[in-house]
Amino acid sequence: MAQIRIENVRKDFGDFTAVQSSSFTIEDGEFFMLLGPSGCGKTTTLRMMAGLELPTSGKIYIDGEEVGQKPASQRDIAFVFQMFALYPHMNVRGNISYPLKSQGMPRSKIKAKVGEVAEILGISDILDRPVGGLSGGDRQRVALGRAIVRDPKAFFMDEPLGALDAEFREHMAEELRALHDRMAATTVYVTHDQLEAMQMGDKIVVMNHGVVEQFGIPQEIYDWPATKFVAQFIGSPPMNFLDFNGTIGAGQATVHLNDVSIEVPESIEGGNGRLTLGIRPEHVLLDDAAPYRGRIVATEYLGTTQIVTLDTPNGLLKARVPSNKKIAVGESTGLNFDSRTITLFENDHGHALRSRANEGVLTHG
Amino acid sequence: MSFSVTEPSKRTKWLAGILVVGYALITISPLIWIIATGFKSGPDSIAYPPKMIFEPSLEGYVNLFTERTRATQDMLETAGPPKTWYDQIARDQGTVITGPSRYGARFLNSIIIGFGSTALCMLLGTAAAYAFSRFRVPLKDDLLFFILSTRMMPPIAVAIPIFLMFRNLGLNDTHLGMILLYTAVNLSLSVWLLKGFIDEIPIEYEEAALIDGYTRFQAFYKVVLPQAATGIASTAIFCLIFAWNEYAFAVLLTSGTAQTAPPFIPTIIGVGGKDWPAVAAGASIFLVPVMVFTILLRKHLLRGITFGAVRK
Repeated sequence: MAQIRIENVRKDFGDFTAVQSSSFTIEDGEFFMLLGPSGCGKTTTLRMMAGLELPTSGKIYIDGEEVGQKPASQRDIAFVFQMFALYPHMNVRGNISYPLKSQGMPRSKIKAKVGEVAEILGISDILDRPVGGLSGGDRQRVALGRAIVRDPKAFFMDEPLGALDAEFREHMAEELRALHDRMAATTVYVTHDQLEAMQMGDKIVVMNHGVVEQFGIPQEIYDWPATKFVAQFIGSPPMNFLDFNGTIGAGQATVHLNDVSIEVPESIEGGNGRLTLGIRPEHVLLDDAAPYRGRIVATEYLGTTQIVTLDTPNGLLKARVPSNKKIAVGESTGLNFDSRTITLFENDHGHALRSRANEGVLTHG
Repeated sequence: MSFSVTEPSKRTKWLAGILVVGYALITISPLIWIIATGFKSGPDSIAYPPKMIFEPSLEGYVNLFTERTRATQDMLETAGPPKTWYDQIARDQGTVITGPSRYGARFLNSIIIGFGSTALCMLLGTAAAYAFSRFRVPLKDDLLFFILSTRMMPPIAVAIPIFLMFRNLGLNDTHLGMILLYTAVNLSLSVWLLKGFIDEIPIEYEEAALIDGYTRFQAFYKVVLPQAATGIASTAIFCLIFAWNEYAFAVLLTSGTAQTAPPFIPTIIGVGGKDWPAVAAGASIFLVPVMVFTILLRKHLLRGITFGAVRK
């Protein structure tokens, strides 16, 4: 098992830059998520770590060794493909034992090893079946078996649950996470599903347009997004943005929205001009006495909670409130914001302004 | 009346059946005619109206494989009674056998050149198709078009230059020359067909093999080749059929040591009158290898020609 370090890695395909100067470190034994929308460079980053693409520039260290320009076969890593890529001309046993054969392991040892892995994954009974007729879940398990049989330095997974139906995904996600905890292996996992990333990951890197937007543990990223992109990409519904023109100086803790003053965490980095106040829906409280007001446009019932859409002077806003609260569409109501959770963004680049609250998260990320 | 999109009506099924049987009869009847003629005697083969029912005779086959001369009374007396069954058949026609014919050697030439060029064509074609399918080849599209364009003119158009070239290189009437020529002609077909097949094989399989610790070449022959087997088999059949049946180049470029069966068979007619049964016998035997090869690979062929049309 190993630590993986990415330093200023860049990948160009002709004129197109897929990944621009990414740097981050994956600690030994971590379940690490590469998260982003399609085309953001997350898969390319993973493929560079695996050796399926060679970086245009930059360095990749696996277990302290620089492997950036080495072929995949010399990196001692395992890769689980989205479409599983099980060898169709071999049966389950053949697929799982294939990586061991390349190492020239003796037959009896291969057999024991495959049996052991099959036991872990619960596929002992299908070892002699051809892979063609297997269900999605079993294919997934065989692909995992092929990956873990070799005790590689790290596991790389490219949207491994993407090909499964929704119901089964949940189950497989748990199985994957349990397997990871059992093996304590460094795992890098690519996904575009933010829920999957938060549910399974020890750490998340959020990428967009080939750039690393933020890097950290799920809760920090959710609570203190570094950019507007991250704020919007993570969370469902995403963070609310209220655009306003205003000023906040270093050391101040209030902003003025539409002449209503709103408390925010004490600012460290001042800002002025076009700013955005970001707040998660669950931190918006409906309170008739509050001075900041909005008109209720719609409600969506979600079981334990409901999402209320409000029209405010600074744009639409969604609030998550308990579902037993009576909401009348069309009425006007006051809004309170939980001041400890507010993030301010400047609008030129969409970066979060540093405050006492998010300082810790933003400086190490 | 009920109506189904997928299930054809009874009348449609009947119509389809009649069409298929009719087409099969039309395609099979020349084959039956040739095979039947091979077993007829000389007079039966040219009888009018044609004889559908006849007494089978091995005359054609004996004549095909032997050289004979018209027997005089002296010769018959000195030779004594016929020693073998084929001797007897020759005597019945008033001839004596003087030795084996060249058909066996010509047939062997066909085998060597046909299968040799097919094998070489598969080897080069698979390698080229893999490169075109997987690697960034400069001017890929132009090269592929160029390769295809070699097929756009009739082969005979280049016959004279090839003849001159072969004469200067000493390749005239050699096995190597014919193998190279048929390989060159077939390569365009094999590269294009095989590229289609290899394109259909997801690249993830090779990547998985690379990750599993295999080299690129190992990934190619252990993972890609088995999956391209269908394509390779059907392409091989097409190549073999062309090389096997080729006549124009063979007539022009071979005359002796490397002459294949197609230019040889018509020359049988000239030996001692119009010997149709011998010609038919030669043609019948000539059909066998391609037929066997095709039957052996027919499972692949069927999948091969419909490959890529339907998503699995």
